[in-house]
Amino acid sequence: MSPTITTSSEANGNVSAATARAAASAAASADAAGPQPVTMAKALNTALADAMHADSSVLVFGEDVGLLGGVFRITDGLTATFGEQRCFDTPLAESGIVGMAVGMAINGMRPVIEMQFDAFAYPAFEQIVSHVAKMHNRTRGAVKLPLVIRIPYGGGIGGVEHHCDSSEAYYAHTAGLKVYTPATVADGYRMLREAIDSDDPVVFMEPKKMYWTKDSVDLGELRRLHEEGTTAGEGSEGRAAVARPGTDATLIAYGPSVPTALAAAEAAALEGRSLEVIDVRTIVPFDDETVAASVRKTGRAVVIAEAHGFASVSSEIVARVQERCFHHLAAPIRRVTGFDVPYPAPKLEKYYLPGVDRILDAVDDLQWED
Amino acid sequence: MTISANHTAPDTARNTGPDNALTEAVKKFGITVEDYMLPARHQIQMVDPEGRLKPEGEQGTQPGHEYPVPGDKELLEAYEQLVVGRRVNDQNSALVRQGRMAVYPSSHGQEACQVAAALCLGDGDWMFPTYRDAVAVMTRGVDPVQVMTIFRGDWHGGYDPLQYKVGIQSTPLTTQLLHAVGVAHAAKLRGEDTVVLAMCGDGATSEGDFHEALNFAAVFHLPVIFFVQNNKYAISVPLAHQSAAPSLAHKAVGYGMAGERVDGNDVVALLAVLDRAVALCRDGSGPLLVEANTYRMQAHTNADDDTRYRESAEVAEWRAKDPVNRMRTYLTGRGILDDDGEARIRAKAEAVAAQLREGLGEDVPVDPQELFRHVFAVQTPQLKEQSAFLADELARDAASDSDSKEAGK
Repeated sequence: MSPTITTSSEANGNVSAATARAAASAAASADAAGPQPVTMAKALNTALADAMHADSSVLVFGEDVGLLGGVFRITDGLTATFGEQRCFDTPLAESGIVGMAVGMAINGMRPVIEMQFDAFAYPAFEQIVSHVAKMHNRTRGAVKLPLVIRIPYGGGIGGVEHHCDSSEAYYAHTAGLKVYTPATVADGYRMLREAIDSDDPVVFMEPKKMYWTKDSVDLGELRRLHEEGTTAGEGSEGRAAVARPGTDATLIAYGPSVPTALAAAEAAALEGRSLEVIDVRTIVPFDDETVAASVRKTGRAVVIAEAHGFASVSSEIVARVQERCFHHLAAPIRRVTGFDVPYPAPKLEKYYLPGVDRILDAVDDLQWED
Repeated sequence: MTISANHTAPDTARNTGPDNALTEAVKKFGITVEDYMLPARHQIQMVDPEGRLKPEGEQGTQPGHEYPVPGDKELLEAYEQLVVGRRVNDQNSALVRQGRMAVYPSSHGQEACQVAAALCLGDGDWMFPTYRDAVAVMTRGVDPVQVMTIFRGDWHGGYDPLQYKVGIQSTPLTTQLLHAVGVAHAAKLRGEDTVVLAMCGDGATSEGDFHEALNFAAVFHLPVIFFVQNNKYAISVPLAHQSAAPSLAHKAVGYGMAGERVDGNDVVALLAVLDRAVALCRDGSGPLLVEANTYRMQAHTNADDDTRYRESAEVAEWRAKDPVNRMRTYLTGRGILDDDGEARIRAKAEAVAAQLREGLGEDVPVDPQELFRHVFAVQTPQLKEQSAFLADELARDAASDSDSKEAGK
């Protein structure tokens, strides 16, 4: 039995939502019990399906998200399960997709929309900056926009031009948007569910090179924790994670750079250096506390990001850490980022992307001789 | 109709083109789908500029494009709103000159469009206005002072869009048409019979979002009326620089929806055309595009000088087509309006003007902390910090002010 489409219970709704927790539980029992190898893509797909089961006002739309299941298959099976009213293809027009989502969110829905690739989201920039980000503010809080804009981003997949941008700074710079980016399979599930539940608009940046990353994850347990509200008040928003504890220096990374940072920390350990890795998780809001606590402890920091370094999220992180940790720093904070060039052609991307060696060189430069 | 989640709709996005629900809708008019979509050969005009009802055969109607004259009650209400709207436009322009408002894009000359756009809608319907549509928003029932808050400068919007079912007045051109599409889409999915009227101007039809909104609305068969006030200028740029189409209403056929042209200074024709458009939309035969042929009698805003780009003779020509005088002559001639009625309506317009002078004359104290209050539904730690910073800065300023006053004693 599938739920009738009704207004979202929160945000701008005036009708109580027909939640279908029973349906969600039925889906839960279909999952094999216990931890299983799960890809990021599967975790995101499951999060979408579970959110659609739980709340009939959750709608998924975009380009090729219906029958095809999305070019990355993140929406695979949703149209078959929930019908063409709840997961559907739109005309090929990104501003239209975002603008229509704004109207739907005003009128009681929780749209989760897909921008096919990072650089293809730019036609929607005006809708995102002038309306998605500002509607709540312009209406003095009267209108909430509970919508999620999913954007596959970043490089490392050998994509041709316009398929590998790291566009997070545009959104992070815009007041009124929250910007999430998961770096683990479990966070893929957890953070997407939280983004869909959020009464604020969330730009959900998915590291596309990690879609096929597998972790051992118990999706049924994650679903149970989410739906029982066990994580209420302990959500991911504004909470960075210590992805690997260490004592000598802190590597600060997010999204696709987290696994690179972890690999660098692993290599450094072999050389006798203990690096702590912080996974930022939500760029907006930023977890100053966790990041500063780590840097105060280690006294040294390297920020890692695929995006160009100039006027970027990485420069923001350096500024924030410096403001909070100056007297604890044994060395200037270093950055390892993409060069300030347009994202390169596939054969050149290995020279562009931050890699383990470049990170270890930056760590070596942190004035250890003192 | 309630749509259940596992129900496959017979005519959603995958099954479009003339061979669908629209064909059924058009059958009742006895014309082809193309003739239904194309605007009538002439604009619909019912009352001429001299205030005379035109003979039925000369109103621009044709088979499938027939419009009954609206009832007397509706016409009298429209006239009342026209007079109020004109008074509000001129009062607001005066308040700008007096420095009480930052700016006011007046719809002087376009009041018939403003009034008809609001009066054609039912209580459950939605309207998405532009910055020039303050009179339409007011006619819809929003408090006049709240409508003008955006121009007074203490906040971006003064009314609750959800309470009135009126979107926030949009400054970025045509972006609001897509919001109208979304509101209509959500309503349709829930099986509600909401109709949404989305407003824009002639210049705005050049924007990409105009195209995307009309296309989305047509593909998803949504109950949206795109109401274009063709007032001939986008600030200084005339219509010929925006479009080479036979008319803006002709754009409809390219999207697979019906278009119509109407005299935008004839509130009788506007109500007739928009009332039918609302009925068609409510009946599931939307969307539609209605182009109103009107004129912006004043400059774009007080900051603009329209003598640089148009002749006074052109303005004078349009003054003779004034929508308010035309309607007064028509209603008086029909015996619907007498001196008492006119006096009552004038008094009401003066009362609204007084309400505006009073409401916009008082200095409403602004709260600096409101800067941070509505950015997010769930506040971020960074904004809490910045809010505390500002509070502290203001407290220190206040303390130092009072110190220097003490010292001055």
